Amino acid sequence: MLLQMIINGLTLGCVYAMVALGYSMVYGVLQIVNWAHADVLMIGTFIAVTLTNVLHMPIATVILLAAGITAVIGMLVERLAYRTIKSSDRKLAVLVSALGMSTFLQNLAQLIWGSGTSQLQLFTKKTYTLGSVGLTNIQLIIFATTAVMLALLYVVVNKTKMGVAMRACSTSIANAKLMGINTNAIISLTFGLGAVAAGIGGLCIGNYYNAVYSTMGYMLGMKAFAAAILGGIGSLPGAVLGGFIMGIVECLGAGYISTGYQDAYAFLVLFIILILRPSGILGAKYVDKV
Amino acid sequence: MKAKINTCFQTWKHAVVYMKPLPKAMLLLAMLAALLVFPLIMTQNYIIHIVINCFIYITLSLSLNIIIGWSGQFSLGHVAFYGMGAYFTALMMLKGGINFWLATLISALAVGVISWILCRPTLKLRGDYLAVVTLGMGEVFRLICNNWTAVTRGSRGLPNIPKPELFGFVFQSKASFYYLGLAIFLLTLVFVSRLNTSGFGMALRTIKEDDVAAASIGIHPVRFKLVSFVIGCMIASVAGSFYAVYLGFISPSSFEFSESMSMMAMVVLGGMGSIPGVIIGSTVLTALPEMLRSLSDYRLVIYGALMVLMMIFRPGGIWGSKNRMLNIYKVKAMGGKKKVMSGE
Repeated sequence: MLLQMIINGLTLGCVYAMVALGYSMVYGVLQIVNWAHADVLMIGTFIAVTLTNVLHMPIATVILLAAGITAVIGMLVERLAYRTIKSSDRKLAVLVSALGMSTFLQNLAQLIWGSGTSQLQLFTKKTYTLGSVGLTNIQLIIFATTAVMLALLYVVVNKTKMGVAMRACSTSIANAKLMGINTNAIISLTFGLGAVAAGIGGLCIGNYYNAVYSTMGYMLGMKAFAAAILGGIGSLPGAVLGGFIMGIVECLGAGYISTGYQDAYAFLVLFIILILRPSGILGAKYVDKV
Repeated sequence: MKAKINTCFQTWKHAVVYMKPLPKAMLLLAMLAALLVFPLIMTQNYIIHIVINCFIYITLSLSLNIIIGWSGQFSLGHVAFYGMGAYFTALMMLKGGINFWLATLISALAVGVISWILCRPTLKLRGDYLAVVTLGMGEVFRLICNNWTAVTRGSRGLPNIPKPELFGFVFQSKASFYYLGLAIFLLTLVFVSRLNTSGFGMALRTIKEDDVAAASIGIHPVRFKLVSFVIGCMIASVAGSFYAVYLGFISPSSFEFSESMSMMAMVVLGGMGSIPGVIIGSTVLTALPEMLRSLSDYRLVIYGALMVLMMIFRPGGIWGSKNRMLNIYKVKAMGGKKKVMSGE
């Protein structure tokens, strides 16, 4: 029972980790929270639904196309809702604009794909039983995908020239500019990379629950954001760790306390971590507070 | 052509500047009179219903404006306190048999205490952190309403909330609720305007501009933010009480995140921090979707797009930009030109 819950929690945790990476990367570079992140994910997942159910494309094409389109939407959101803001009260303006973008995307999806639930079945479900523990092939695929995504992102951020530029931007955008880095392009790429990771996460969870709906990004995004803060926002290993903790806490809470409050546990963890250690588990000591 | 328009504009501006004191007072009196006689002239209950909705939303966004517009704290959970007011009042009236006025008072006080307890540890946070914590409060409140079925009846909601009574007069008709809503709106308006020009309001705006500077001249940022948050929540609670008795039925679906979003859009569209702006913003955003019934599917799409566009082209809102242009510090710093510094 406990082991089963932990495995289910890890599955959710993988998805949260992939979504949390996007929040953390954007925060690291720009010190803003991309509130539209989870809605970009939702749109990407819906596109995968259309590609699979309407156009009947093969799985590999669907995944590649959906990830590509999600990246483009992520960059578009940055271009339209973030780069254009030139107010003196920048933080508040960006927050309002991001929330506006999020509402816009959510309701646009509702107009296009309807407010009901669509099905997404990239892989058909098979259950393997090991003693008392059940494991589905979809869970295994999610574990494998997460491992590959994390490895890829690690290589991109730590070993490539682009990663160096990204890290330079996160230290100081002004100095990165002086070093000849095209900061606008790097910011755009950061949004794109985050969107790809989130888009893959969206495909995973859409397939896991076999349900895609226009408000799926809202709760998923909130939990992933809580995970990013829990791990220490701006820190990539922190985001992954936070994601796993969040997934396991949620499944244990649902199993031992009550399923009705499943969505509340993430927020409870968030309240506690923000009061006790606002910089997160692996975050830097500095935190934006009075 | 351009010169002509310019001359017209100048004349109009002079007219406004030189004739300001008298017409402004008269304008306000005329508006008040119009509001008072409105239900006597208007016989269509539907229109009165929309106006009552406007009163509720204006009260809500004025209270949110204290929190966002003046003290600069980003609260996304305002709907929780509005909902708490509604639920407390409804439960007290249904189970305790307490009359509306007392129930409203007790709910407001209870919401004040709850918001104090919830926000004391979180108000040290700023910006996005506070936004996500308050959003969490709204979400947890909705989950409790949905799951604590023994008290709240869950998603089936609380029906048959009694009508308020005053000295034997029962508020039953739309017109009587209109006057009750108008009274709540006017009380809030007077309170908020007084607050705006008081030392307290000044202190809040100082904190919003720069909290370190505020602290250095003896304004305790956390204390002032906390008090403004509690005041905002209490006003929202009163609006919630009124909503509960007006409709006679409440359910968790009336207090979803999209309500917080709508309030936010109203404050932002009108102009954060400006009272007339917020009133205009909430009236427009409440009345417009009702007028354009055919567009109701697009309502939130338009809200979202409007919020982004406003932030790009007019971050001060419809009304708020006037204050920004007249901000002496910025005008002087830019050599008398009406430009606002962009930047970090």
